[in-house]
Amino acid sequence: MSSNMDSASASYTDTHPPAPALEIAGAAVVFDGEELFSGLDLTLEGGRITCLLGPSGVGKSTLLRFIAGLAEEASGTVRLSDGSAVAPKLAYMAQHDLLLPWLSARDNVLLGARLRGQTPDIARAESLLADLGLADAATLRPAKLSGGMRQRVALARTLYEDRPIVLMDEPFSSLDAVTRHGLQALAAERLKGRTVLLVTHDPLEALRLGQRILLLAGKPAQLREVAPPAGPPPRDLQAVGMGEAHAALMASLQAAKEAQ
Amino acid sequence: MSTNLRPLVIALGLLAIWQAVVWLSGVPPFILPGPGLVSAKLVEDAPLLLHHAGVTLSEILLGMLLGTFFGSLFAISMVLSQGLRAWLLPLLVISQAIPVFALAPILVLWLGYGLASKVAMAALIIFFPVTAALLDGLRRADPGQLDLARTMGASRLSTLVHVQLPAALPAFASGLRVAAAVAPIGAVVGEWVGSSAGLGHLMLHASGRMQIDLMFAALLVLAVIAIGLYALVSWLGGRLTPWRSERDR
Repeated sequence: MSSNMDSASASYTDTHPPAPALEIAGAAVVFDGEELFSGLDLTLEGGRITCLLGPSGVGKSTLLRFIAGLAEEASGTVRLSDGSAVAPKLAYMAQHDLLLPWLSARDNVLLGARLRGQTPDIARAESLLADLGLADAATLRPAKLSGGMRQRVALARTLYEDRPIVLMDEPFSSLDAVTRHGLQALAAERLKGRTVLLVTHDPLEALRLGQRILLLAGKPAQLREVAPPAGPPPRDLQAVGMGEAHAALMASLQAAKEAQ
Repeated sequence: MSTNLRPLVIALGLLAIWQAVVWLSGVPPFILPGPGLVSAKLVEDAPLLLHHAGVTLSEILLGMLLGTFFGSLFAISMVLSQGLRAWLLPLLVISQAIPVFALAPILVLWLGYGLASKVAMAALIIFFPVTAALLDGLRRADPGQLDLARTMGASRLSTLVHVQLPAALPAFASGLRVAAAVAPIGAVVGEWVGSSAGLGHLMLHASGRMQIDLMFAALLVLAVIAIGLYALVSWLGGRLTPWRSERDR
């Protein structure tokens, strides 16, 4: 782990070997006595942002939790293409910021290090916060921060972990439209080069950020590929063809919801 | 009204009501002495009262320490181990089901007339509120935060130390406030059953000799101890959980 002050804004690929692919095989999860999916296979290409869309209740978050090793009553395998163990390679960011209310923004960023008994790299935490526009907020507790600021602290905490695999569960859904738009661009920029799985219920978010878009639908749920728009994320929603892509994706989601 | 003045106003109001009852009812001083008589006794017998107050206060404080220690140990064990919890939970319920007052004579018989039996009484009486409050607080930690800790590779113990215990502090502080309010009851009941010193002992003897003003003076001192203890624990609780006061923006 580098304590170089420049590392905060440098791209992941500049400082790390290419992120491995994540391979899921035969995933099966039972939730509340109901089989959400079984025999699910999925490979997330290394270094790319995959967006997972689907109607609520279909098991998007559960699939994410399964990969993170948090699902109960689950079977199947998750492995990395480079053969290393999965758990130490992934970082998890949820819909809620999950900041500890008794810690300052900076100490929240350092939480992982504290929990693992490592020496916290305060300079790196501060430079990550500064890079996300939170230089003045480092010593403030979460209650003093706005929703957007809190989620940026959560992003800084995720980045501090410096993992090649990042799992995000609707991380922007509780923010207002303007804040969300800004944070999507920031996250896409900072997560570039990592293997990211982003669960979302917002088709626009998937069109804006996804280098690959997957639709989870049906009972038990199955995955379907949706062609992503051209160009690197974060994409301009005003671009030609975005409107059609959005309409097509909405129609697929609608069909998936009716099939629930 | 300033919050600093309010306790003073309440105290003066209570004294006024007390004096009014004495005047209006015409009860003789050997049944209900007025605040004036009791104040005079407080001053006159200050060394005696202070001596016995010191004994009772040590019983209360030691009992609180002991009860809090074992209560915390119980609660933390129950959170750390499902297996232990299955065994400890019935014990916790039983500890509450047996009336502590009924145990007083036995404790005095076993532990003697000295400090130990009263410390045990105070510890026993606060054990349940402290354990229940801490257990409740520990189990109310945000499941999302616990998941996050797991994905960060945290051990069970470091999750407890960094996530669950701080999250439980507000509930624990409430438990300690209850403890501060009931611990004096335990100590005094212990003293009534059998003792050679303490405010409860003093009251019992004063009652036997019809020194009703001394009884009231001892009662006042006991009230001051209980209120002071409660205020101290409240203040400490607030100092330990500063993020609570800024939660609502």
